[in-house]
Amino acid sequence: MSDAPAITPAERDELRRHGILLTSLQELYTWGNSNSVWPLNFGLACCAIEMIAASMAKFDIARFGSEVFRPSPRQADLLIVSGTVTKKMAPQVVRLWNQMPEPKYCIAMGACAISGGPFKQGYNVLKGIDRFIPVDIYIPGCPPRPEALLHGLVELQKKIKGFQLTGPDAPRHLRADSQCDFPVPEFGEHDLDPPANPEVWKAPTIVRTK
Amino acid sequence: METLEQLRDRLLARFPGAEVSVVTNPGPAAQHSLLLGPAHARAIALFLRDDPALKLDQCSNVTGVDWPDKQITDTVRTPVLDAAGATVRILEEKTTRLRPGYLEIVYHLYSIALRHGPVILRLRTTNRTDQVTAPSLTPVWRACEFQEREVFDLFGVVFDGHPDLRRILMWPEFKDHPMRKDYVEPDDYEWEPTPHGTVLEKAKGHYPPPAAGPAAKTEELKN
Amino acid sequence: MQSSLKSNFSPSALQPFSPSIAGSHVRAVHDEFHGDLLEVSMGPHHPSTHGVFRMIVTLDGETIVKLKPVFGYLHRNHEKIGENTTYLASMPYTDRLDYLCSMTNNWAYALAVEKLAGQPVPERAEYVRVILAEITRLLNHTCLAGFLMQDCGCSGTPLMYAFREREYILDLFEALSGSRMMCNYQRFGGCRVDPSSDWLAGAKKLTDRYGAFLDEFEALLTGNEIIMARTQGVGRLSPELAVSAGVTGPMLRATGVNHDLRKVDAYGVYSRFDFRVPLGDHGDVYDRYMIRVLEMRESIRILQQALAGLPAGPIIDPGAKLRGFRPKPGEAYGRIEGPKGEIGFYLISDGTPNPLRYRVRAPSFVNLTVLEDMCLGHTVADAVIILGSVDIVLGEVDR
Repeated sequence: MSDAPAITPAERDELRRHGILLTSLQELYTWGNSNSVWPLNFGLACCAIEMIAASMAKFDIARFGSEVFRPSPRQADLLIVSGTVTKKMAPQVVRLWNQMPEPKYCIAMGACAISGGPFKQGYNVLKGIDRFIPVDIYIPGCPPRPEALLHGLVELQKKIKGFQLTGPDAPRHLRADSQCDFPVPEFGEHDLDPPANPEVWKAPTIVRTK
Repeated sequence: METLEQLRDRLLARFPGAEVSVVTNPGPAAQHSLLLGPAHARAIALFLRDDPALKLDQCSNVTGVDWPDKQITDTVRTPVLDAAGATVRILEEKTTRLRPGYLEIVYHLYSIALRHGPVILRLRTTNRTDQVTAPSLTPVWRACEFQEREVFDLFGVVFDGHPDLRRILMWPEFKDHPMRKDYVEPDDYEWEPTPHGTVLEKAKGHYPPPAAGPAAKTEELKN
Repeated sequence: MQSSLKSNFSPSALQPFSPSIAGSHVRAVHDEFHGDLLEVSMGPHHPSTHGVFRMIVTLDGETIVKLKPVFGYLHRNHEKIGENTTYLASMPYTDRLDYLCSMTNNWAYALAVEKLAGQPVPERAEYVRVILAEITRLLNHTCLAGFLMQDCGCSGTPLMYAFREREYILDLFEALSGSRMMCNYQRFGGCRVDPSSDWLAGAKKLTDRYGAFLDEFEALLTGNEIIMARTQGVGRLSPELAVSAGVTGPMLRATGVNHDLRKVDAYGVYSRFDFRVPLGDHGDVYDRYMIRVLEMRESIRILQQALAGLPAGPIIDPGAKLRGFRPKPGEAYGRIEGPKGEIGFYLISDGTPNPLRYRVRAPSFVNLTVLEDMCLGHTVADAVIILGSVDIVLGEVDR
């Protein structure tokens, strides 16, 4: 493979015009993967209404490949956490994430899913879903416009297209050593137990220089 | 509709020995309320619902309020007179007393049949610590069912006679009553770029305070 | 305990079903009188629960014998935040209560604070508030018709039509207040921004063509055999139970009780408009759907009158204080007829910039009191439709 001469994109275009497609397994895999991301029918709060609006006629998420929103996590690729994740709901979100088969992606839509949002100082609000599950794309806004959700989806597609199939940069679902089952938090007496998953999230530290 | 004082007199005549008093509302809204004692509260509520002049058939809102212990200072001013009877000076005597706190439940009642309202009822518990019971008005108005469960969940008031008293908004294993004024949240502070107010106090406990002056602008966020 | 119908049934040999799938915990419960009962947990993740709402349904075969709702999956301690923020800073949080109808939430809160502080409102602001509230009612009822039909199985087509209209309305909201959904538009003493003549022309255009959209919508749905068969006679609610349970809004009027706060309280300038209040006969799901369609037609009438009679004048009271707002100590309860029912705010002030107690009376929360009563004896599919017709939004159920 390393001995083959490199094909320039111009030559590739020429070949394609003759009906010959030259590609690599990685390109085919990521092309198919990125253009058919099916979200889970999962809306928590206000951002869910903008997510529904994004799937309706004016904004039409279907033209980006997300044609169907699947109600069952077993059939979905993408978890769009849209809305505030409360501590009471957090175990269910993690359970749903565990039930989605790999390859799976997570978009945190809206300020509440990213960090708790306007309700951050709250006894029942989880300060961001990235405390328990790994998030790929963060979409700020309260609520973000449907166009912002589409932008986030396009960024996710770009990220998927950049995946390497082998090697240390491979995504989570292609590495043998990665964790696929995330621990579900329990309800404690005052808070969730544990309040965050230490392998997924660490509290940021500040280094003040001078 | 009759005034609140007339209603109170009618209730006292109907239920002798009941504790009914008018609580005035000082603001411009002038929505005064009736404070009821726990012993006759449910009987009075039934009367209010079925009385043909009132027919308060809709309980619109049930609210819990937490009144913590309050230090009240009483000042007594006595003038000191000289031999001629003129005031030389005024002696001020200040005594502080503790008004014990209590939990209060406020009911807003309206009449759909006769189109009047609101008649506002207040029930108070004895204190905030161990005697936190109050009679439930769910047997009178079904609308109180979920709202009294919410007051139990968030304030800790135990309602006697409620058909299904358990937590409604928080999970069952939760131990605190979060809407009380002295509720302390679990310490779960996460970095914020511009903390202020009460959040700044929490921030100081977790992160070193920035140095004053223009040099403090250089800080790196490391994860 | 042996049931007489099954001779070889043995409770000790009963194996519970496989462990939990998210939200769909299924287990067999043995009851003395009914034999095997099945307990199904619908939600919190479920395509039809309109948000994160959970119903634990106990089934005897296919019939529901018990239904217990579980709340709190979206409890965002809105009332505690209200105690820690100033009065004006709570206005954006009221948008997020019933997140489909932010304008009416804002109005209810502004009304309660204006009552608390004794703040008058100029006439033009009252008319603009009526216009926005009626447009919000159109938005809410259209979306509800779409969601209800999706629950009936129409699989998204009426929802597409509903959201198409919603986009026109959201364009108006965005032009006026800067945001599609979270408008944060009302202030204590009036409104934030004066609508321009262009905006008013746009509102008039929307009003004029909405009747044609409703005709198109109704032609598909109202006389539809399948919808009538699925919704008539389902989820009956008696007027006595509705009144006792504090049910308000279209759900109450569908049972036949004539109670519309726009007529009873006559808040704002509603007494100047000529409109009727539709009432239902049976209190079932079909009546609730029809009440909402008829209310939309009445809203169009109110809009036409309000847009025609809009007076000139200030949009906010010149004496209104926005910064440093400290109402006198006291309390007030203000309520309006929101699209879902009576939305009220109860505020206790102690003279400081923050309220001492800030309470939201949410219509969806109180309307759910009768959910179990309506669903008993029906099937799970009917429970989905009944929940859809109650018209809940979890932001205000859980606050």
